[in-house]
Amino acid sequence: MIKIKDLKAEIEGKQILNGLNLEVNPGEVHAIMGPNGSGKSTLANVLAGNEGYEVTGGNVTFFGKDLLEMAPEDRAREGLFLAFQYPIEIPGVSNSTFLKTAINEIRKYKGEPEITAKEFLQLMREKSEILGMTDSLINRSVNTGFSGGEKKRNEIFQLLMMNPKLALLDETDSGLDIDALKIVSKGVNEFRSNDNAVIVVTHYQRLLNYIVPDFVHVLYKGRIIKSGTKELALELEEKGYDWVTNGELQETAV
Amino acid sequence: MSEDMKVVEDLTQSEYKWGFVTDIDADEAPKGLNEDIIRFISAKKNEPEWMTEWRLKAYRHWLKMVEPSWHNVKYPKVNFQDIKYYSAPKRKPQLESLDEVDPELLKTFEKLGIPLEEQKRLAGVAVDAVFDSVSVATTFKETLAEKGIIFCSISEAIRNHPDLVKKYLGSVVPYTDNFYAALNSAVFSDGSFVYIPNGVRCPMELSTYFRINAMDTGQFERTLIIAEDNSYVSYLEGCTAPMRDENQLHAAVVELVALDNAEIKYSTVQNWYPGDKNGKGGIYNFVTKRGACRGKSSKISWTQVETGSAITWKYPSCILQGDNSVGEFYSVAVTNNFQQADTGTKMVHIGKNTRSTIVSKGISAGRSNNSYRGLVKVLKGADGARNFSQCDSMLMGDKCGAHTFPYIEVDNDSAMVEHEATTSKVGEDQIFYLNQRGISTEDAVNLIVNGFCKEVFNELPMEFAVEAQKLLAISLEGSVG
Repeated sequence: MIKIKDLKAEIEGKQILNGLNLEVNPGEVHAIMGPNGSGKSTLANVLAGNEGYEVTGGNVTFFGKDLLEMAPEDRAREGLFLAFQYPIEIPGVSNSTFLKTAINEIRKYKGEPEITAKEFLQLMREKSEILGMTDSLINRSVNTGFSGGEKKRNEIFQLLMMNPKLALLDETDSGLDIDALKIVSKGVNEFRSNDNAVIVVTHYQRLLNYIVPDFVHVLYKGRIIKSGTKELALELEEKGYDWVTNGELQETAV
Repeated sequence: MSEDMKVVEDLTQSEYKWGFVTDIDADEAPKGLNEDIIRFISAKKNEPEWMTEWRLKAYRHWLKMVEPSWHNVKYPKVNFQDIKYYSAPKRKPQLESLDEVDPELLKTFEKLGIPLEEQKRLAGVAVDAVFDSVSVATTFKETLAEKGIIFCSISEAIRNHPDLVKKYLGSVVPYTDNFYAALNSAVFSDGSFVYIPNGVRCPMELSTYFRINAMDTGQFERTLIIAEDNSYVSYLEGCTAPMRDENQLHAAVVELVALDNAEIKYSTVQNWYPGDKNGKGGIYNFVTKRGACRGKSSKISWTQVETGSAITWKYPSCILQGDNSVGEFYSVAVTNNFQQADTGTKMVHIGKNTRSTIVSKGISAGRSNNSYRGLVKVLKGADGARNFSQCDSMLMGDKCGAHTFPYIEVDNDSAMVEHEATTSKVGEDQIFYLNQRGISTEDAVNLIVNGFCKEVFNELPMEFAVEAQKLLAISLEGSVG
């Protein structure tokens, strides 16, 4: 689905990604873990096409197409979805108007007819129930005046509504209490299928109790320095990042 | 009457004496302004003598006035002798039905998106279309007449309803009011007149489209709306003008009078030509709009969407005279390229327990300048007066300006006046967020801007709200790279 080769990127002249390699296939869930400043969010933003980040090397293909050549909106239309770490407020634009516009833009891109009002309402009802979202939350302006937890839940609601091919979850667990964490995870698990994939970027192992990954990667200084299965996350939790990063330091020192 | 006719005859003859050339397209006055021109306009419109006199009084007063310069806009001095003050389509505009309207004219209206025929059938909107200076078609007059509602051109009202016109014309905006109001009083060419009798709720939205067509013509329309006790009317006004390199002057006056328990809702979508990308050409829109809530518990509500004009200078205001009367002002003003807008409102609280609400949304893009200027004045006797003002500005890019000039004068201790103001920028993070959901940058900007203006659009009648959204999109095209 997505193949990332030797990806290098910088922000404001500072090198963050330093030759990152990753391949994700349909049906898989990959967790990317790492200490602060290791480049987790940079990876998510670079893949989504945030212009604040500059790609300085490597390449990324998404279903065989050159992802880095595409405008951000085209990446989304091709099926890449980023659940933001800090969702943005858009005052005066209702969640439903926003989602309907987004869904129709993607349908237009694929040459499909617009979603009917009836289909849209049904979809809204179905998906909001999974996340226990109230009507008032759906009809309010996008993220405006939402609590941190409500914003994260709204991201996952959008994920379910838009049903993309690849979901990038950028620290979706940050700032969530345990109940909210469970709801958000339930939404992500609902999304999972054999046709799509999820990349979970997180700081803590806790989320991975609920969203169980097939693979876990440790990101450090802009590179993946260790990969494994879900057990790796548990080991990291127990031993701390030093356990792998020390090894990395020794390796690079050689 | 015979005396009037004589005056008219004399004056229409003098038309030949001055050698007016009526070319193929329009019947017009030569450039310049003097008493003869005013008599000519008055005669062209078959006006009674009292009207001619009123115009002349206004003109003589105007001569003594100085063009105001306190506003936050810059433009070269207008040469008032270089403007044609009267221009009418050549075909005699005394038409009984749409069938008699010049087909070319109808085509123009169609281009403007005002299919009169269709509106007649579908929308239930009575349209009084003003093409340059003369009303060419008025629909639905009969349906309205059954309820005793008068909806006609102001020229017609002067001839057919002189008592009403005499009583109310200039009663809200006297010709001495300001420079442009005086000019308008002297030379106004046409406009709309609405009278809603006691206890009548106008069954449809009344609408007028204004359009400046001929070159170098000023448009000076004059609108007068009177709502008697316990009546209601919603009035829509739309404006467009074709592209011209020269600047054109538009100085209108609108007067509203609401008596006991009456409500007037006045909505404007103004899309005069704003000039080109380099600031060449465009309309100077110097307008005086004022409503008097004369009766108890009366209400006047102004809603405006201003996207056009090179310069906009207007302050739709409410004089809250009657106890418990309510004034509202909802405004969206968009400026792009080199446009300048200095707009806002005045709420004057005179009666007890009078309330006013001001919601102003200014959007600046390009190198434009957008100013909100508003006055909230509470007089001594206005016990329990309340005002809430909210002025929000949105900036697009870093070469434009947004300014807020709120004036608050309170002479009553029991009054409560609240003012909130915000300035925001269309953020790159907002655009990226929407991009990431598959929405193009242009659509993203439209969504953000429409969201910003939502409170005002909610006040517009449905079909106007849709038009306003489209206009906003067109006005801001290419403003974010």
